[in-house]
Amino acid sequence: MKLKTALMGAAAAVAFTPLAFAQEHDGVRGSSGHLNIIYWQAPSILNPFLSGGTKDVEASSIILEPLARYDNTGALVPYLAEDIPTVANGGVSEDLTTITWTLKEGLLWSDGTPVTAADAVFTAEYCMHPEGGCAQLSKYNGVENVEAVDDRTIRITFATPQPNPYGPMVGGQSPILQAAQFADCLGARAPECTDANFGPIGTGPFVVTDFRTNDVIQLEANPNYRDASKPAFATVTFKGGGDATAAGRAVLETGEFDYAWNLQLAPDVIQSMAAAGMGTPVSAFGTLVERIEMNLTNPSPDLPPETRSTAAEPHPFLSDENVRRALSMAIDRELLVEVGYGQAGRATCNLVPGPEIYASLDNTGCLVQDIDGANALLNEAGWIDSNGNGIRDKDGVELNILFQTSTNAVRQDFQALIKDMWDQIGVETELRNIDSSVFFGGDPGSPDTFEKFYADVEMYANNFDGTDPQAYLAGYTCEKAPRPETQWQGENINRFCDPAYDALVAELQQTADIDERGRIARQLNDMLTKDSMVIVPLVDRGRVSAHANSLGGVVLNTWDSELWNVADWFRIAE
Amino acid sequence: MSDLTTSAPAAAPKPRNQWLDVWAQFRTHKGAVLGLGFLAFITLFAALGPTLWGVDPGDLDIRNKDVRPIYHMLFDSDAKVSWAHPMGTDNLGRDIMANIMQGGRISLAVGWTAMILAVFIGTLVGVLAGYFRKADGLLMRFTDLVLALPLLPLLLVMMLLFRDPLRAAFGPENGIFILIVVGIGITSWMQTARIVRGDIMALKEREFVLAARSIGTPSRRIITRHLLPNVLSPIMVSATLGLATAIITESALSFLGLGFPSDFPTWGKILFDSVDRMTAFPERVIWPGLAISLTVLAVNYIGDGLRDALDPKIRGL
Repeated sequence: MKLKTALMGAAAAVAFTPLAFAQEHDGVRGSSGHLNIIYWQAPSILNPFLSGGTKDVEASSIILEPLARYDNTGALVPYLAEDIPTVANGGVSEDLTTITWTLKEGLLWSDGTPVTAADAVFTAEYCMHPEGGCAQLSKYNGVENVEAVDDRTIRITFATPQPNPYGPMVGGQSPILQAAQFADCLGARAPECTDANFGPIGTGPFVVTDFRTNDVIQLEANPNYRDASKPAFATVTFKGGGDATAAGRAVLETGEFDYAWNLQLAPDVIQSMAAAGMGTPVSAFGTLVERIEMNLTNPSPDLPPETRSTAAEPHPFLSDENVRRALSMAIDRELLVEVGYGQAGRATCNLVPGPEIYASLDNTGCLVQDIDGANALLNEAGWIDSNGNGIRDKDGVELNILFQTSTNAVRQDFQALIKDMWDQIGVETELRNIDSSVFFGGDPGSPDTFEKFYADVEMYANNFDGTDPQAYLAGYTCEKAPRPETQWQGENINRFCDPAYDALVAELQQTADIDERGRIARQLNDMLTKDSMVIVPLVDRGRVSAHANSLGGVVLNTWDSELWNVADWFRIAE
Repeated sequence: MSDLTTSAPAAAPKPRNQWLDVWAQFRTHKGAVLGLGFLAFITLFAALGPTLWGVDPGDLDIRNKDVRPIYHMLFDSDAKVSWAHPMGTDNLGRDIMANIMQGGRISLAVGWTAMILAVFIGTLVGVLAGYFRKADGLLMRFTDLVLALPLLPLLLVMMLLFRDPLRAAFGPENGIFILIVVGIGITSWMQTARIVRGDIMALKEREFVLAARSIGTPSRRIITRHLLPNVLSPIMVSATLGLATAIITESALSFLGLGFPSDFPTWGKILFDSVDRMTAFPERVIWPGLAISLTVLAVNYIGDGLRDALDPKIRGL
């Protein structure tokens, strides 16, 4: 009961924050006083191009801004740009090789100088410098040329057509730097510009006043911020270091801090902290999905290594779709969430749970456990217990499943629960857990890697980077199956092979229209999940952060920096 | 060993059984008697417990999860307790008492079997190396070689090579049992071998061995009749230490995912699984931890008592 109340309270708090914001923010810059933020990993630099660490990227996102950011639904929102260029509005060329951005009018850097297209051109030059080790170079993949058409217009040209051209200068990882400040910091000299890297001049709501590496950052409101009524806070202390437990306590139990980032703690631990009443844990969901993968090929140790677990040998019973479907129906996903992740998880039937445009929202059939239905389905398909040993069989093949996963307390709890559920539909399960470094190690010589899949089913979590699932879904085409010829490398570990799926992936790779892309991605997702049950998603694993009850305006975002809307945060009046 | 018991001279006025003397001496060691009592208790608890306490250790009862042990009633009347689970349940609602009984079976079986295997190999190598000069160099270099082998990588390789054949031949649980027992056994006999060899080398130069040899006693007889009884105490001591190490090694292996499947409880695994929730549910760590440490302590005391009892000089003969 307590759990339910706490969860509902948290959900209510998330639901009402935008409302509270609308009601209570008085719209005067600096009127909310001081804000304390704690990140249990301390930032060591404020230049995201020189560090791939989330802590550095997020800390710098208070100061530096990109042309556009992703909001909490994964949709693009213009920041420094006037609007989002698309093929429809002419911002992206018909052949998908150029994208043209226009800056907002009258933008100023925090030192009072104007922001021009030359700054954007310089940023691209800075990151793509051949001698510099730019951490965000992948954002500039395929960029041929970046030019300033006029003071406010930037044109980016790609070498090949890009259905998703929103890489450079979009999102928290790829902001725009001031050309004047970093002019002498190109290439190999980038790390030497300590002053610039520790106190970049930006367009964001706050300006650095004091930076202590791996410790504390002091900031104050940017006097030249484009919205005269924001930010609500006059000053910010950004404390780094400690551990997730200490950060959680500081916000939820003692109230010393207003915001704590990424609390990777057991659900019962967060709950006991939240019971103190000083703050509220909030959660948001990205694309990390804990799933069960079904092996469509035969992993029997009696087979020679050339054909074991390859397409040459179909699986004795998992190649029957009815068995796969029954196994999925027998699982109570809500129970798994409650035991393993609490607020940081939600039951899902989708391989691609977000962003909203790509998520197949009507695929919810698996959320309700249906033991009777599963039993009926197996009976109908001819899987009955003919020899009275309690295990279903057909043509001499017993439903004996070897279920492997990596060694991890939550996964072993899941294994025990799922074994119990499968037991109820007459399926015998043998559990095996393998050290994570071996399981995910990818060594072609080891029989225990998840790619080799010498088991009937296996469980792990995977996600995709950014907001576009194209590469992720393209991993399940026929030729991506791990096999001896590929040194057992490849993403299609189920050895799923459907020509219709491959054709649809090819179509996705040539489609630029965002709604059309969403439709194709959803169809691909359904082909893998509810239509064939090759992949059985269990839990969408999210992120939990916490904010003080007196801090308003927080909208947790997993697609960009958590501090993406820090300009809108405010102190709720007592 | 039967020679020993019948060796009392028939003409003596009071025929005294040597083992009765040993027992009399053993009883004077209070710790050893207590240890023997505890070992008997824990063995019976694990062996007979599941027949009396008919709860399946793997049974999930998710509505009754996180039940506290019954004694929590004493200081917290609101605690969630249930007579159906006197020692409480874990976070998935599995009965802890049933798990500790089942875990005890596995841990004790692994401990005893691995220890017996290690002591057997160690004694064999030690006696052969100590007694036969020609075999000494070869056997002791082999001992050094095995001593240099790290246990974990070796077990990893063994898992890789033998897991599937053993699983096919004996089933998943028995296959892993054999693998772990053999793995621990063949990597922990070296200390015993070194100690036994040293003692045998000193003993074989003594007058009674010379006397035995001069009346034509064959080597086999000298070893079993004169040498082995005299090295019994170091063997006993290393056996007790070996039992303790075997139980602890098995726990560590299970934790690394190299041991038994995760739904197969052993004391070490129950302990490791509970560490995350140690502050909220200390009893889940305390009970298996206590079982491991008390068993190891009891066996060490028994070893201590046995060494005293088996030593003729202390026994006053």
